[in-house]
Amino acid sequence: MIALPSSLNANLVIGIALLVMLLVVAGAIVRTRSLLAAIILFSIYSLVSAVWLVVMDAADVAFTEAVIGAGVSTIVLLGAILLTRGEVEKPGWRALVAPALVCAGVGGLLIYAAAGLPALGDPASPANAHVGRAYLEAAPKEIGAPNIVTAVLASYRGFDTLGETAVIFAAGIGVALMLGFGPHASPLPPAATIGDHHVVLRVSAKFLIPLIALFALYVQFHGDLGAGGGFQAGVIMAAAIILHALVFGLRDTMMAVPPRLVRSIAALGVLLYAGVGVACMLNGGAFLDYDYLFPPAFEKQVPGWLLGDPEHAHHWGQHFGILLIELGVLLTVAATMLTIFYGFAGRTVEAIRQERGA
Amino acid sequence: MSFILLHFNYVAVAILMMAGLFVVVSSSNLIKRMIGLAIFQTSTGLLYISLGKVSSGTAAITVDAASPEKQALANHLDPAYVAQYGVAGVVYSNPLPHVLILTAIVVGVATLAVGLAIAVRVREAFGSVEADEIEVLSRLESAQAGSQA
Repeated sequence: MIALPSSLNANLVIGIALLVMLLVVAGAIVRTRSLLAAIILFSIYSLVSAVWLVVMDAADVAFTEAVIGAGVSTIVLLGAILLTRGEVEKPGWRALVAPALVCAGVGGLLIYAAAGLPALGDPASPANAHVGRAYLEAAPKEIGAPNIVTAVLASYRGFDTLGETAVIFAAGIGVALMLGFGPHASPLPPAATIGDHHVVLRVSAKFLIPLIALFALYVQFHGDLGAGGGFQAGVIMAAAIILHALVFGLRDTMMAVPPRLVRSIAALGVLLYAGVGVACMLNGGAFLDYDYLFPPAFEKQVPGWLLGDPEHAHHWGQHFGILLIELGVLLTVAATMLTIFYGFAGRTVEAIRQERGA
Repeated sequence: MSFILLHFNYVAVAILMMAGLFVVVSSSNLIKRMIGLAIFQTSTGLLYISLGKVSSGTAAITVDAASPEKQALANHLDPAYVAQYGVAGVVYSNPLPHVLILTAIVVGVATLAVGLAIAVRVREAFGSVEADEIEVLSRLESAQAGSQA
C-alpha cells in the first residue's frame, strides 16, 4: 500500500474524472434506442478512453484506441447499420429484469474482488515489480530501441505479434468472403457519389490526405523511438484512403487502389513478417531471433563507422528486424482495414443499385 | 478514503464491463449487441492498463540519464523512491500490459468487423437483425423443411 501524497495527485483526480465520463457515456449507450446515437456515443467513449490511457502512461495504446475506436470501428459500424437498417425496439421491462439481475450480481462480485487487487500505481505489485521491471532493465541493453513497448511487441513477443497479425489477416479474408471485395459489375451511377457542391470538402480533403499518409509513415518509422508502430500506422494509412473514398466516391478510390492489389498486400505483410523469422533461422538463430538476421560474415564486412560504437553494433540485427516486421504489420493492417471497408462499402453500393432497379 | 480512490479504477472497470454485458444480453438487435461486446472488450483493456500504472511513472520510452527530460522527471520525486523503483534513475510504468492491449484493440476491431459482416448476411437471409424475429423465422423454415420431407 503506497501512501497518497498530501496534496491529491493530479493524475489520479484527472483519471477518476475521465472514468466517470466513461461511465456516463456507457450508461447513455445502454439507454439509447437509436443505433446511430449508440455508434456516435461509442466513438466518444473511445476518444475519452484514449485520453484516459494517456493519463495512465499508455501512450502507444492511447494512439491505437484513438485511431481504431474513434475512426475505423465507427466507419464499420455505420456501414453495418446502413446495410441492416435496424432500429432498436423498446423491450418490455419484464424482459430486462433477468439480465439486470445477472449483471448486478456479477458486477457486485467483481467489485468485491477489486478490493484484493493492488492499489493503483503500486510499484511493488507483482506485475510491476517482476516481469515489467525485467523488460525495462533488459530491453535497452538487448534490443537498443528506446520505446520498450515496441521492443517487447516486436522482438521479445514477436511470435505473439505474428499470430495477431495473422488473426487480423484472417478476419479481413473472412469479411471479404462474406461481403465480397467491393461492388462488382459496372461502376456506380454518379448520383451515389458526392455532388459537386461539396467543393470545400473536396479541397480540404485534397490537402489533408497526403498529410495523413505522411503522418502514417512518421508513426511507422518513429515507432521504435517514440509512441507508434506498424499497427497504428497501418490504420492511419487506411484512414487516409477511406477519407478519399468518402469524399471522392468509392469508384475513384477503387481505381486508384484496386481491391486486387489490397488483397495481395495483406498477404505480403504476413509473408514478410514470417519471412524475417525464417531468415533468422537460416542464419543459425531461432525463429524471429533478429540477432541472427544478418549472417556473421556480412556483419564483418560492414565498415566500422557505419556500425557505430562496438557496444551497440550487435543491435543492428534487432534494429532492422523490428523495422522489417513493423513494415509487415503496416502492410497487413492497412490492407485488411481497406478490405473490410471495401467489403462494407461495396455491399452498400449493391444495395443502393438493387433499390433503384426495383 | 485513499483506499477507495486507489481502487476506483477497478470498480469503474467492473461497472463498464457489466454495462457491456447487459447490452449483449438484453438487446435483441445484433448490431447493438456487437457494440455491447466492444464495450466489454475495452473495459478488459482498461483493467490491464490500470494494473500496469506505476505511481509517478512515465511512459515506457527510455530517456537518456543525462538529459534535461530525466532531470525534469526526477525533480519532483523522492530520491529514495526513484532509487528503489526506477530503472537507471527514471520511474517507468509497466510496458507489458500496453503491449498486450495494443494488439488486442486491433484484433478487436477486426473481429468486430467479422461479427458485423455476419449480421449483414443474416439480414440478407432473414430480412431482420432482431434475434427474436430471426428465431421465429428459422423455426418456421425448419418446420416447412420438415413438412416437405
